[in-house]
Amino acid sequence: MSVPALMSRTSFVELNARERARALLDDGSFRELLGPFDRIESPWLARQNIVPQADDGVVVARGTIGGVAAVAIAIEGAFQGGSTGEVSGAKIAGALELAAKDAKAGKPIRPVLVFETGGVRLQEANLGLAAMADVHAAVVALRRHAPVVGVIAGMIGCFGGMGITAGLVSRLIVTRQARLGLNGPEVIEQNAGVEELDSRDRPLIWSLTGGEQRHAVGLADDLVADDADALADAVRAAFERGQPAEHQSERIAFWRGRLERLPATPEGPALRKLWMGDRP
Amino acid sequence: MERFELRFSGNAPLAGRAHVGVVASGDLEVLMEPSNETVVSVRTSVDGFEKVWRATLARFFARHPVAARIEINDSGATPGVVSLRLAQALERTKA
Repeated sequence: MSVPALMSRTSFVELNARERARALLDDGSFRELLGPFDRIESPWLARQNIVPQADDGVVVARGTIGGVAAVAIAIEGAFQGGSTGEVSGAKIAGALELAAKDAKAGKPIRPVLVFETGGVRLQEANLGLAAMADVHAAVVALRRHAPVVGVIAGMIGCFGGMGITAGLVSRLIVTRQARLGLNGPEVIEQNAGVEELDSRDRPLIWSLTGGEQRHAVGLADDLVADDADALADAVRAAFERGQPAEHQSERIAFWRGRLERLPATPEGPALRKLWMGDRP
Repeated sequence: MERFELRFSGNAPLAGRAHVGVVASGDLEVLMEPSNETVVSVRTSVDGFEKVWRATLARFFARHPVAARIEINDSGATPGVVSLRLAQALERTKA
């Protein structure tokens, strides 16, 4: 990115969830559902002495993308690490289920998910896990009728159960600042020791789970600069491509074949060399 | 977490409602709505600062004597950040 381009762009990473949803929808079309004044907050956090947020950290907005009816679902990473609780999870799953209903009835719908999350909210335990299962089922049901687009901008990234959700979407867009994984680096270090993974080694972490790496090995479809307009363009283009011939998560033999060729030391550059050739 | 309700005298009507901020570390969420009386409900992650809250809010209402129902969800914001968020919310009610 040149200096003038850098100065004039709007960083998407720096936007909050509401601004992100607004940025991806066509200008002036943003209409929020279950917004903060509806006060659908977590009933569990205050009981554990944690201050809740009026929208439970998920923004659901209807609008249009490229003139077609759309729903943008954006997770607020700054509130409780973007974690999925009973309420925030139900908002995501419910929005996806309504989108599926529209799509099945022949009404065009463009659903986009903006991830920024460490996964399930530990304070809500099984309810968060159950919500995650609902989200996964809803994405799989919806993508049969309409492509589902995912965006990971960073800097938290997308981990845990939402890492699986990101693996289920029809097309996944990432920035260089994004990260995608199942267990976050701190969790791996805690469980397997610092010899296995040093969670403070940022170049190492990004070389494994960073957006550029995930794109290079085909786990993400588009790598886009941290620019709100560029990301909105990429999301629109993703919908215009329509359904993929086959969803990534349906290509069992392909991914199994990759695992069979896993080198002894599967670090970032080696995987790039090995897997780039068979990029899906 | 601590919660308390503070009352102030304000009579200037609000043009609309506004929501600003995020319950993120060092930040707060403000929900501001028109009302007949001025009541502020605070939930804060930091205990023992009710006096500072009262002073910060009193200064805001001295400058802007609005009749508003305000809800604050705070995650350890400093009085400066609280004042800025309140001013931002008031600005948004005019939009």
